[in-house]
Amino acid sequence: MNIPKELKYTKEHEWVALDGKMAKVGITDYAQSQLGDIVYVELPTVGAEVTSMEPFGSIEAVKAVSDLFAPISGVVKEVNAALADNPELVNQSPYGEGWMIVVEAANPEELDGLMSAEAYEQLVESEAK
Amino acid sequence: MLERLGLDGIDDLLRDLPGDKVLSGPLDLPPGLSELEVVELMKGMSAENVNPDEVLTFLGAGVYDHFVPAVVPWVTSRPEFATAYTPYQAEVSQGTLESIYEYQTLMCKLTAMDVANASIYDGASAVAEAALMAARISRRGRVVVSETVHPHHAAVVESYARGGRIDVVRLPATGGATDPDAISNLGDAACVIVQSPNFYGAIEPVEAIAECAHRAGMLVVVSCDPISLAVLTPPGELGADIAVGEGQALGTPMAFGGPLLGFFATKRAFLRQMPGRVVGRTRDAAGDPCYVMTLQTREQHIRREKATSNICTNQALMALAASVYLSALGRDGFRRVGELSLRKSHYALDRIAEVAGFSLRFERPFFKEFAVRCPVSVDGLLERLRERRILGGVPLGRYSAAMDDCLLVAVTERRTRADIDRYVDALKASVRELETAGGTSAR
Repeated sequence: MNIPKELKYTKEHEWVALDGKMAKVGITDYAQSQLGDIVYVELPTVGAEVTSMEPFGSIEAVKAVSDLFAPISGVVKEVNAALADNPELVNQSPYGEGWMIVVEAANPEELDGLMSAEAYEQLVESEAK
Repeated sequence: MLERLGLDGIDDLLRDLPGDKVLSGPLDLPPGLSELEVVELMKGMSAENVNPDEVLTFLGAGVYDHFVPAVVPWVTSRPEFATAYTPYQAEVSQGTLESIYEYQTLMCKLTAMDVANASIYDGASAVAEAALMAARISRRGRVVVSETVHPHHAAVVESYARGGRIDVVRLPATGGATDPDAISNLGDAACVIVQSPNFYGAIEPVEAIAECAHRAGMLVVVSCDPISLAVLTPPGELGADIAVGEGQALGTPMAFGGPLLGFFATKRAFLRQMPGRVVGRTRDAAGDPCYVMTLQTREQHIRREKATSNICTNQALMALAASVYLSALGRDGFRRVGELSLRKSHYALDRIAEVAGFSLRFERPFFKEFAVRCPVSVDGLLERLRERRILGGVPLGRYSAAMDDCLLVAVTERRTRADIDRYVDALKASVRELETAGGTSAR
């Protein structure tokens, strides 16, 4: 299970790559393997406001849909347009080309609440039992 | 089983029900009837109705007397179709899915749209679902409904609006049709909903309406009579984003107003916002073509409160009737139905207008239905016509006080020249009788 050390994580299996106030968000390798083949990703539009731990979109596998939860509050600055026609990028490259949105953090303190790679790894191990 | 459970009787199973809710004795029902007695009873009730084979009908307003070829009920009454419910393990019912797929394909061809669903209950709910869909797509709550949309359909949209998901604004009509220029004053709305031919039978300027609506950032929902699509330009070629309508005319009898058939089609870009069941075609593990229920992630059994709609069924039998009807007629036969309806309705108007005091209410092109002004009380007229075994039309006063001197007359391919001539003669005679009796006032 790939859990890059430099990223932050949430208990809803999203990863966050921080660059100052900009947070790039996607779902983890564990999440994509649990979901199976992704057929559709519903993402917000640029400019939309997102709230920490509330859904910002949804991700569809063949017969199930899951909400995608915002790791932090802020404004959506970028959306990965490639996922519209190629949702399988989430399965193939969850930390790379499968990225979903970039959020400009409204409350930088929220970033401290994110999990480290080690903490996330422990979460995955306990869920796998 | 009671023995196995260690119980004494059925009443022991009902132990947990509150005492005052449990019936203390048998239901107060009359004694049972034999099959013979039941048949006589039902025949008596049925005799209180009339059907279009017994009376000459010019009724319309959304439900029409078109000819249904015998092959349609022959196919739909097959037990595999007539008794089947919505499949739960859909992939096992390949025949059902294939028939729905063909129906969806036919609706796309008729409306010139990219995708269609497996059908909804009726035209009214199809219009309402289209309003909700447009609101979801545009993320705007306001929905504009033209005044010339069928009042029942508009009322259903208003019902769906209760609870606050959408709010409905009516767009006034001028001269019996929607005014495209009035659209720009409506602010931010999700969509404009128009019907063409409209409730009064008149053909609307859909292309102009669509242009104005799109310029204002609104989607366009067009509700249409499917028979009209045999001769008129389909909604997909006029700028419609969603095409819906009442499909009863395609192979289902009038039957006292139901069951009906709501068809629903849209563009590829909006596919995931479309409500209803959708059948898709794919390949199985052996590589052979097969059918599935697809895009189920829009539906409530997966999405729950975020589903595109709570509908989880369709009008399979009526949709099948529509497919058989269209297949039996073929492209040429279907066109013929449209052309005959068009020509006969215009012949009827010409003849009716010869009778003193009758005139076309709205000077607009029409398809198979039109509103006429009457020189006498509409109710009085209809009564006299009924005595002559003719159902003369729908009194528009029922829907609007301003129109209570008008009658909505529908003419389908079933009406012969002799029928229409008989109707006109009956009109003349009825008017004479009413005027003699002093009933010349229209109110």
